[in-house]
Amino acid sequence: MRKVAVVGVGMGKFGERWEDGLRELSAEAGLRALEDAGITGDDIQALYIGNMSGGRFVGQEHVGALIADAMGLNPIPATRVEAACSSGGLAFREAYLAVASGEFDLVVVGGVEKMTDVLTGQATTTLGGAADQEWETFFGATFPSLYALIARRHMHEFGTTEEQMAKVAVKNHYNGARNPFAQYQREIKIEDVMNSSPVASPLKLLDCSPITDGAAAVVLASEDLARKITDTPVWVRASAQASDSLALHDRKSLTSLNATVVAGKKAFSQAGITPRQVNIAEVHDCFTIAEILAVEDLGFVKKGEGGKAEEDGMFDLNGDISVNTSGGLKACGHPVGATGIKQIVEISLQLRGEAGKRQVDKAEIGLAHNVGGSGATAVVHILSR
Amino acid sequence: MPHRKTIPGVWRRYPQRYRLKGNRCETCGEYFFPPRVVCPNCRRKGKLVDYEFSGNGKIESFTIVYTPPDGMEMQAPYVLALVRLEEGPLVTAQIVDVDKDEVDIGMPVKLVFRRISEDRDDGVINYGYKFTPV
Amino acid sequence: MVGIVGYGAYIPRYRITVEEIAKIWGKDPETIKKGLKIVEKSVPGVDEDSVTIAVEAARNAVNRAGINAKDIGAIFIGSESPPYAVKPSSTIVAEAIGATPELMAADFEFACKAGTQAIIASMALVDSGMIKYGMGIGSDTSQGRPGDALEYTAAAGGAAYIIGKKDTLANIEAVYSFATDTPDFWRREGQEYPRHGARFTGEPAYFKHVISATKGLLEKGGYSIEDFDYFVFHQPNGKFPLVAAKKLGIPAGKLKQGLLTPVIGNTYSGATPLGLASVLDVAKPGDLILATSFGSGAGSDSFAIRVTDVIEEKRKKAPSVEYYIKRKTYLTYGEYVKHRRKLKM
Repeated sequence: MRKVAVVGVGMGKFGERWEDGLRELSAEAGLRALEDAGITGDDIQALYIGNMSGGRFVGQEHVGALIADAMGLNPIPATRVEAACSSGGLAFREAYLAVASGEFDLVVVGGVEKMTDVLTGQATTTLGGAADQEWETFFGATFPSLYALIARRHMHEFGTTEEQMAKVAVKNHYNGARNPFAQYQREIKIEDVMNSSPVASPLKLLDCSPITDGAAAVVLASEDLARKITDTPVWVRASAQASDSLALHDRKSLTSLNATVVAGKKAFSQAGITPRQVNIAEVHDCFTIAEILAVEDLGFVKKGEGGKAEEDGMFDLNGDISVNTSGGLKACGHPVGATGIKQIVEISLQLRGEAGKRQVDKAEIGLAHNVGGSGATAVVHILSR
Repeated sequence: MPHRKTIPGVWRRYPQRYRLKGNRCETCGEYFFPPRVVCPNCRRKGKLVDYEFSGNGKIESFTIVYTPPDGMEMQAPYVLALVRLEEGPLVTAQIVDVDKDEVDIGMPVKLVFRRISEDRDDGVINYGYKFTPV
Repeated sequence: MVGIVGYGAYIPRYRITVEEIAKIWGKDPETIKKGLKIVEKSVPGVDEDSVTIAVEAARNAVNRAGINAKDIGAIFIGSESPPYAVKPSSTIVAEAIGATPELMAADFEFACKAGTQAIIASMALVDSGMIKYGMGIGSDTSQGRPGDALEYTAAAGGAAYIIGKKDTLANIEAVYSFATDTPDFWRREGQEYPRHGARFTGEPAYFKHVISATKGLLEKGGYSIEDFDYFVFHQPNGKFPLVAAKKLGIPAGKLKQGLLTPVIGNTYSGATPLGLASVLDVAKPGDLILATSFGSGAGSDSFAIRVTDVIEEKRKKAPSVEYYIKRKTYLTYGEYVKHRRKLKM
């Protein structure tokens, strides 16, 4: 398979976007990506869209067709990809494979979610669709409760503390405050997290990523075309994906996401690097405990040591590995289908030296990690200059 | 308005949800709840037979849920747990009739039959399994 | 002769005291406690109803009986607080205990005597040879109108009886029923709470039927009061059974074991079945029990039950009534209102 590069990126501000629906959010991100790449709509050969639930948030399915139409791109092929919270990451992978295989030379892949039209209860129920409807959600499991069950077990087995989990939120808000696209622009303190209202013990409000509207888009091109389009191509060094049981109660371990472990290992092998060679990583912090699991399962630290590493600042901006410089899902926001693409946007900006106040020194190798549900899907990409 | 669960969808699972009816693979000996359509270990070589679980188990993890899904508002806050059934499988279920401060990992529990949710005030009532300390 | 092959009880764990209710209405709790002879009543959990109570009682009965639930040929449940106005509770119970699909099932209503009527119907089917085992259940989570006297007593609980011919832990030697059209207590379709005739619920209703049925049983079976070791009467409060006993010349001590209302309230269709279960928990082989239920509308079923020596072995296979009475958590009036779904959402 041939080499593929990200040649343009774009996104809109994540947050409560009352004036904008799926079309407006997608157009904003898509047009910025095309501008950034310096190409026109005529150059695009296919469109991939990550979107978890247009149907249950705004009653709209057939989202690929919707966006191709809105952007005036017909008759190119338009494909919507769904894997719960990893819809964006998986859409990126599908787009990458389409170019790497030789089927297309230039595609656009975007991710979009419009979550704020419904009331919180309905949003919670819809997000619960990422879990096992018949055997988890039916019995009262909400998405936060599943990660809470993981957190309780992690605390029991490794002594991870609520303060260590809170540090993840504090770090990500610090980064988000330096990202003009992030939903939350304010820094917070450990006490703020500890005092926030309980959602599913031990997780509190500020341990949880918010409900967000937003879109992000990137342009992918084959090697020859990429070199013609830009001086700063960001190469896809690895693309990997793995699955695990849908329900948390069917996992072999309650404190490790095997899909992340498998996808991560495959990605490092493809790229020919070790975990510690990664400078920047956008990992899936849907809840603070999820980032702790991610840094362990990706092999940045040993299993059980994630909490201490966060506490010690290992993953702070310009720490050993800068994790979630975008603000992560926590502070940048989590418009579900868009997150995986936003991660690619952030890594690309960092590798190109265009990350402004949150720029990581000597950013050479970046990793994006996107998880679906409580760990049933994991997608890992490694990018570099 | 909350999304209504489908009637055939809930009816189909009564034996599982009312009586913990699962299955067991005679080829590899593993117990499954919920019942499997294919043994994950043996796949087509597996021979699955019905098995009704005893309902005895231990809490492996738990959380207190303060923000319930639609239809369960009156029950919140409730204890949700992962219960390890004595035959092996892990299930997700509420723990009821317990002091929230006393719930802990390792607590032995047993099966009870309770209302899980209802489809507003004019739809079907969904019954199923919960657990209570022994 | 048919008898009880297994029995099971269930009482929810929540309680509310007379004091807690009286406080809301500015009434003197001591006067109420003395007048109704009640201290506290049981309250169902937010996720409990007459069906979930019936299932727990039925499972206990099956465990005591030691039979395969698939051999149960009939399940009848008596209740005045079924969760559905139309859709049988009995089939839900049947599915929950694994008795489906070869059985007949129906729900009975006759106020507080629906449970005992369900037991009699099972007896007839077993005796005639139509079925091997039949189950009769009395279970209720009746609502008390706020501010009404019945608010102190309307409680939740139930008991199930499996009737058969072999391996009985007690034989039902005689049954006598007495019924008239007497409108002492009723609830119209669509109404939240029942209404009653106050003092009219006494002499012309409860006492007339309980006493007539009991006397009828004595005559039919050729018994005298002295033959019986235990008496269980329907118990809308802690007082009426004692008054009935006095009228019949029954020593109060023989009522004690089967009189539960003072500590759990009136469990309506579950009341006489639970009182009987409490007696069966302690009775010795050879003991003779008289149980008379009462249902408003109105009628009474009276039973003469002789305990066999199978009882010692079977009764330990499920929790006793005392176990359920002792395990309790108190509620405030606000929590009680939430549990009983009296809140308009």
